[in-house]
Amino acid sequence: MDRMLDLDTILTAITIWVGFGIVALAAPRSTRFVARVLFPISAVVSLVLAVAALHGLFMPPQSVVLVLGLPGLPFHLRMDSLSAYFLAVIGATSAGTSIFSAGYLRKGEGTPPGLQCLQYHLFLAGMALVVLADDAYAFMVAWEAMALASYFLVIANHRVAAIRRAGYLYLLLAHIGAIAILLCFGVLQANTGDFTFANLRVQSLSPFWASIAFGLAVIGFGAKAGIVPLHVWLPEAHPAAPSPVSALMSGVMLKTAVYALLRIAFDLLHVQIWWWGALLLGLGLLTALYGVVFTTVQTDMKRLLAFSSIENVGLIFVSTGLALTFRSYGMPTLAALALTATLFHVAAHAMFKSLLFLATGSVLHATGERNLGKLGGLIRTMPWVAWLTLVGALTASGLPPLAGFVSEWLLLQTFLFTTNLPTSFLNMLVPLVAAAVALVAALSGYAMVKFFGVIFLGQPREEKLLHAHDASTLERIGLAWLAAGCVALGLFPIQLIDAIDRVTRLLVQYGLGSTVHANGWLLLAPTSIQRASYSPLIFLLVVIASVACAAITVRILYHGRLRRAPPWDCGYPYQTARMQDTAEGFGQPIRQIFEPFFWMRRDLPSPFDARPRYRVVIEDRFWHWIYQPVQHAVERAARLAGRVQQGRISIYLLYSFVTLVVMLLLVSR
Amino acid sequence: MSPSGFLAQMLQFAVALAAAPLLTGWVNQCRAWMQNKQAPSLLQPYRLLYKLFHKEPVAAESASLLFRAAPYIVFGCMALACGIIPALSTDLPLAPAADAIALVGLFALARVFISLAAMDIGTAFGTLGARREMLIGFLAEPALLMALFSASLITNSTSLAAIVHKIGHSHFEIYPSMAFAGVAFTIVSLAENARVPVDNPATHLELTMVHEALILEYSARHLALIEWAASLKLFAYSCIGLALFFPWGVAEVNAPLATLYSVPALAAKLAIGGFLLALIETVSAKMRIFRVPEFLAAAFVLAVIGLLVHGLLGA
Repeated sequence: MDRMLDLDTILTAITIWVGFGIVALAAPRSTRFVARVLFPISAVVSLVLAVAALHGLFMPPQSVVLVLGLPGLPFHLRMDSLSAYFLAVIGATSAGTSIFSAGYLRKGEGTPPGLQCLQYHLFLAGMALVVLADDAYAFMVAWEAMALASYFLVIANHRVAAIRRAGYLYLLLAHIGAIAILLCFGVLQANTGDFTFANLRVQSLSPFWASIAFGLAVIGFGAKAGIVPLHVWLPEAHPAAPSPVSALMSGVMLKTAVYALLRIAFDLLHVQIWWWGALLLGLGLLTALYGVVFTTVQTDMKRLLAFSSIENVGLIFVSTGLALTFRSYGMPTLAALALTATLFHVAAHAMFKSLLFLATGSVLHATGERNLGKLGGLIRTMPWVAWLTLVGALTASGLPPLAGFVSEWLLLQTFLFTTNLPTSFLNMLVPLVAAAVALVAALSGYAMVKFFGVIFLGQPREEKLLHAHDASTLERIGLAWLAAGCVALGLFPIQLIDAIDRVTRLLVQYGLGSTVHANGWLLLAPTSIQRASYSPLIFLLVVIASVACAAITVRILYHGRLRRAPPWDCGYPYQTARMQDTAEGFGQPIRQIFEPFFWMRRDLPSPFDARPRYRVVIEDRFWHWIYQPVQHAVERAARLAGRVQQGRISIYLLYSFVTLVVMLLLVSR
Repeated sequence: MSPSGFLAQMLQFAVALAAAPLLTGWVNQCRAWMQNKQAPSLLQPYRLLYKLFHKEPVAAESASLLFRAAPYIVFGCMALACGIIPALSTDLPLAPAADAIALVGLFALARVFISLAAMDIGTAFGTLGARREMLIGFLAEPALLMALFSASLITNSTSLAAIVHKIGHSHFEIYPSMAFAGVAFTIVSLAENARVPVDNPATHLELTMVHEALILEYSARHLALIEWAASLKLFAYSCIGLALFFPWGVAEVNAPLATLYSVPALAAKLAIGGFLLALIETVSAKMRIFRVPEFLAAAFVLAVIGLLVHGLLGA
């Protein structure tokens, strides 16, 4: 095959995306045209992009220079295996979200569908160009296009003040991050004035400046990925955005930040300092723990998922930090293992988190509720959404034999393989981090049982839920596609690790591709079978066989009758849906155990209240520690600056005069 | 797959499925003796299963498919767990399919399904039980994982068969980290098997129960499968404990005769283990539910200390 074909296909796909956006403007209010015609074709384009990227992954790097933008500053685009891997993730996930959007988009308040279609496709194109960019200029343009398009998508329902506020917070943090990234590229080019990645790659920075660049990259991309304490926009923006957009932002956009960090830390920077990895490890761990603890106490289903994304990004940073540390100590095998865990989790998280966010969209449309306290029992009225969500929830809990477990398994294996790092501090740290990661994984199971159980199981907590309708066919296809991804990645991890092998070979000059194949295609064994092995397919088959044996034996030997009756519940005769555990109740043990994490305000009813009221407000401590002080400081500074404005023309003339005199003095020297 | 391996695998499945209720019966009998009660017959659990299988199941009107599928899934998970733990032989063809981490994942899978099934009907006790089960689970799971990691660090492997092979068939050594892991593992097994300081299998008092609250709505064959699965879980945990801390008498690869000898060895070890379990249950009192996280956190911390001790001593 022609060498350049993959990149050309991908660029064509991106152009078609942008074209769809523009075509949609022809009939911006026609939901039928935009949703039923454009989005399904766009999903096919996504699939083509994913296939081309997967093909390009196994090819040598391909590059192209586009004469776009400013004169003398063309866009350099290049697709190596790292870009191709992330492009495949973008394509595969957006195929699901696009086909879902086709069934999801309705007429409503806010941005008309045609404009949303343009924003959506610009968002996709921006993300694809971020991972393709080969110079800082193109990167920043794509990065900003992605941020702005997603900002407008977040505030699609801009009549609501809370949504505008959420959008503003998102935009603010995105730009704080963008400044850091810009400065980072400034440091990386080392006064050469040439911002192509090829030039950045050959610069040899001193450890000091390299550390500055790395720190700026962590701040910049951490703000996008949602690293504590820059995570505050996620739980605000995700509930505000339409569900397919939340799915894309959480499933894919966060990953572009991971991509960029990998690009800078492993590809552009050559200095290797061990504490970089330790820094990422620490930040990631804090983020993961913080995210998962907050996940368990949420009562809004999309906020819950947003915190869960923070947790997963934290885990991704933990394994990236491990990989960086191992690379700095010259341990390519371990670095490759940790990096494989990172990249596997990137794909797994893209699948299951998009699936879960889309499912909340279906629930939202069917019931009009985001509050967990007003949902329940939807498995009976929305079986399709419920069962597909179950796959996503089990994957998110990191349970075998699904995709989430494989990355968790690889990460835990990395810890176990770690022996004798040269720094004893790290040696002591590794078991503690492993313990914390195990705790995070177990807690995410708790959160997902809450998420699924409260929404889909039990009795409906509101009357209107009895008439909830299941998702439309197109929505089901989108959900099923992503659920199939969760299952496929879980059952065939070796095939994905084959692809990841190319990436780790590029970044740390070692890959697991040859060793995982040593034991056949069934058995995942990172080094040797004596050391560790896992075979999801056999695992699943044995469980299914046991289940089938049990079911058939019971049926043949005894009988398959079943009688229906009112629930038993220890014989208590009077039961209402209100007696079920609420979302607050389900999170209460965690709230009690992890109390120091929360900033909590509680109004408890007294026994003498005529209308007893129980209210608990849980807030993020970082609001009170960082954001509010900063906000107050800015307001105070603004007030001080405001004193200059007196509103009288004579004062302003005086200012001009003083300025003129000062200038003249400066010039005359 | 060697024929002897296949035989060992089948023997292990058969022994686990058949003997698991016996172990439960034995523990109940020991406990009754120690508490000066008339002991039920050793075969009582089998009679219970027989009775339950013959009854007509009653499910709540609102029960979904998840409710009916969960007992089978839990049973399947526990059957697989019993199939991969090297209780009789280390030559198990299925063992490479799931290592120690996957085994913990398998228990978690069963726990999630039974908790979801408990929430399905939407009764007050069901959801209460689900919440408590997950509360116990989220602390017990990492503690169990860390206890297994202690053994993995010593043997450089997460494969249970390799762990048993290395510890059991090399010359006797004392590992300090395993002492910590042992205490942690004991606590976790008590919690996971709904045993006395954490839960009381003999009580049906609504406000204190965990396991019983989960399965309140189940009857007949579904309940039988869950009870059987609970026996299998106790059996599996006992076998993990024996495999990690007393791995002697387990047959090796290509030793079909030794597999036969290993059956009485396992029976003897389980009898002693069951007696000790009954002893712990007799001498301790049930805790308040909010003391349980502290109890399990202690197990978690102990297991992590075990890992650190291993790192410090470099053993």
